[in-house]
Amino acid sequence: MDDHRAALNRLPRWFVVTLAAAPALFIAGFYAWPVTNLLWTTVRRANGGGSPFGHVGAIIWFTTWQAVVSTVLTLLVGLLPAYVLARYSFRGRRVLVAVTTVPFVLPTVVVGAAFLALLPQSWHGSARAMIVAHIFFNIAVVVRLVGSMITVIPHDLVGAARTLGASPIQAARLVLIPLLAPALWSAAAVIFLFSFTSFGVATLLGGPTNPTLEVEIARRATQLGDVGGAATLSALQLGLLAVVVVWATRGQRRSAFELKGAAGPRPARTRGERVMVAGVSTAVVLAVGAPIVALVSRSFDVGNGWSMSAWSKLGSAQIRPGVGLGVDPLASVGTSLRFAVVAAVIATVIGFLAATAINTSPRLGKLLDAGLMLPLGTSAVTIGLGMLITFDTAPVDWRARWWLIPLGHALVAVPFVVRALLSVLRSIPGDLRAAAATLGATPVRAWWHVDAAALRAPLLAGAGFSAAISLGEFGATTILTRSGRETLPIAIGRLLGRAGALPRAQAFAMATILLALSTVVVMASGIHERLGPDDA
Amino acid sequence: MKKLLTVVSLAALTLVGVACSSDAKSGAPAPVTLVAYDSFPTKDSPLITALGEFSKSTGIKVSVVTAGDAGTMLTKARLTAGNPEGDVMWGVDSTQLSAALDGNVFSKYEPNDWNAIATNLTALVPGHELTPVDYGDVCINYDKAYFASHSLTPPGGLDDLADPRYKDLLVVENPSASSPGLAFFMATVAKFGPSGWQAYWKALRGNGVEVVDSWDTAYYDEFSGAAGSKGHRPLVVSYGSSPPAEVIFADPPRTDAPTAVVASTCFREVEFTGVLRGTKHESEARKLVDFLISARFQSELPLTQFVYPARTGVALPAEFTKFAVVPTTTLSIDAATIAANRQKWQDEWTTIVLR
Repeated sequence: MDDHRAALNRLPRWFVVTLAAAPALFIAGFYAWPVTNLLWTTVRRANGGGSPFGHVGAIIWFTTWQAVVSTVLTLLVGLLPAYVLARYSFRGRRVLVAVTTVPFVLPTVVVGAAFLALLPQSWHGSARAMIVAHIFFNIAVVVRLVGSMITVIPHDLVGAARTLGASPIQAARLVLIPLLAPALWSAAAVIFLFSFTSFGVATLLGGPTNPTLEVEIARRATQLGDVGGAATLSALQLGLLAVVVVWATRGQRRSAFELKGAAGPRPARTRGERVMVAGVSTAVVLAVGAPIVALVSRSFDVGNGWSMSAWSKLGSAQIRPGVGLGVDPLASVGTSLRFAVVAAVIATVIGFLAATAINTSPRLGKLLDAGLMLPLGTSAVTIGLGMLITFDTAPVDWRARWWLIPLGHALVAVPFVVRALLSVLRSIPGDLRAAAATLGATPVRAWWHVDAAALRAPLLAGAGFSAAISLGEFGATTILTRSGRETLPIAIGRLLGRAGALPRAQAFAMATILLALSTVVVMASGIHERLGPDDA
Repeated sequence: MKKLLTVVSLAALTLVGVACSSDAKSGAPAPVTLVAYDSFPTKDSPLITALGEFSKSTGIKVSVVTAGDAGTMLTKARLTAGNPEGDVMWGVDSTQLSAALDGNVFSKYEPNDWNAIATNLTALVPGHELTPVDYGDVCINYDKAYFASHSLTPPGGLDDLADPRYKDLLVVENPSASSPGLAFFMATVAKFGPSGWQAYWKALRGNGVEVVDSWDTAYYDEFSGAAGSKGHRPLVVSYGSSPPAEVIFADPPRTDAPTAVVASTCFREVEFTGVLRGTKHESEARKLVDFLISARFQSELPLTQFVYPARTGVALPAEFTKFAVVPTTTLSIDAATIAANRQKWQDEWTTIVLR
């Protein structure tokens, strides 16, 4: 069908190149140049001194195993909810899909804070706390990627296996799992990527004993002043992740096969099925709800019973007599919202252009697609430092400009906008554009009326998701932030670093505000609909 | 000294970015930007009031921009050396001195009142790249009530901390994440030598030392001696000025300090200011440095930053003279040795104490 579409309705080359130019320049100018510049500058200066890579081996080992454990456990925990949500129609199903989506769009600082509130003190600063938070965070990935695949597996396939005498577990192992392999691979790759590059969660929950590579890069750059070592580690991390992504893509392709049609959800029939649906729904609501409830309730706990004082004193930055916070908590809400809007606009425009170019020109597109993914695997602190030393002289003396921060956020958001748009673009039947062409539309006009029209919903979702990413970004912002421009996550991070019941409660109050903002953005833009399993 | 008791600092909406170049046209002096660490106040502080007086008398507007914790601030300054993010920097400390000098971050300037500063401090910067502004000590603090009620003698020095009598009593800050943590680590290197501190820290670990990431957590959450604290450890790495701070902030007021300092564990930290190399407002920047070591500004430092003024002859508040211990000798290591070994030592420390 692709050939058919291409032959009938090829977009002019100049059009595709024009579309691709802006995203290509964006990634080259604001990612590739600063990061290479940083590597080049620091390696050239190469300040000796000590053994920069003393225990890096141990850190890579820790980062890898916690990411592997997080990935495997998330897949195990997420499989049943994914199955139930994709297989059965029941009252409250859409709400439940939305509920599983919420953690994924929550800022890492909020997730970290929520688990600080929920887990006992003895878990603070441990690898298991990190892993639990990673599972919570990534369940949505399984529900989305694996769930979509489950919907296309015919109902009777599992039924047939059962009829032939397979136990439910055997049916799952012998029929479902092999069919789901490609989706499991891609979900695993995404979860591994997020867990491997964990920064906010690792900082808050892992403590000083459990640094991930990303945390070590930040520590090396900011605390030891060893920017060269940090940049080198950052390149190493990017290399490691590239290997993993290529390997996962191979696994995905090796196991891929075609399944036509869609089974869609159906009501639970047997008593067993009904019990499973009810049980899984309850478990999901509890698992997602518990940390959130803990977070909100801790904002009312100032050490001596319930109190509103954390909320009523939010406007005051004094945390003890004569001791200020250095951040105006309420002003940071305004800053975060402004940055989120700007980041969403940039990411949506760039992502839209990129997705269209990628969809129309497969060869050029693959390169652009890969290029846009790079910031996801790069330490945000490295990007921040790169920007700081690159945009320092006229005509690009931008390092003190406020918009550099949302622009950095957009770098991370673009790949998600591209993903959201591509899935829709690829599903647009070629015949539709052919029909438009037949009716006399020029290719560009046909593209506008067919492709662009279908993209409105995913564009909105992409914009919402970009805003959510911007609201939560932590790493690059810590480098580029200046006084008076602190975002919510920075304010929460500072408050959590303070001792005493009141600042802690204020941190949880701010995290509650951030939680509410992110959730509203997500629901308003309909991301939860797109992140749930497809209802074909 | 970043997180001295008064980690006074507030959001600076009013100050940041106000200092645009509107005055430049009229020939008035250019505004200057003072880059400082996060815990430097940006409003509602006697220090800011003093800066306001400076602006009034000289016509030089000052905006304070915070640039992260002390480590991040210097990292950024080194990366942007020659094309700085501001004109004057506040708060490079003695453990960072070599890194700042090697990075060629500052331009040489000898302020008018250079000779009013204590000579043991000016001796640290013979090249005049930086100007000492204040100093203080990082020392083991103890909870007097705990030791009285347990009939235990407070430790007499670093060696005692590894003694089983003081098992599980000490909380310290991670030297990779906290300035007093780094100072205390350097104190142990100064005391036990470059090849002896490892065994000492192994012994401390065996004796149940607790490591946290920030001074704030150590002092207010884990240490039992701070006012209102629910902590359980009676020994903490804090400042020589922490006992007077306990008295000054006590509510209800009290006449004696609940905590005291183990004088022989103190490590001296000096803070510096300097003109950032590459500033476009060199003469205004120099005037600001002159002001930062003036008697007017220096006299505000004890009760805002809980440090001692670098300038001699500045009167100290009564609480300071009464409750603070100024050790006659302090532990120290020269800046070059710190610079040459810091990364290696911190990596080693991490392996010994945290892994």
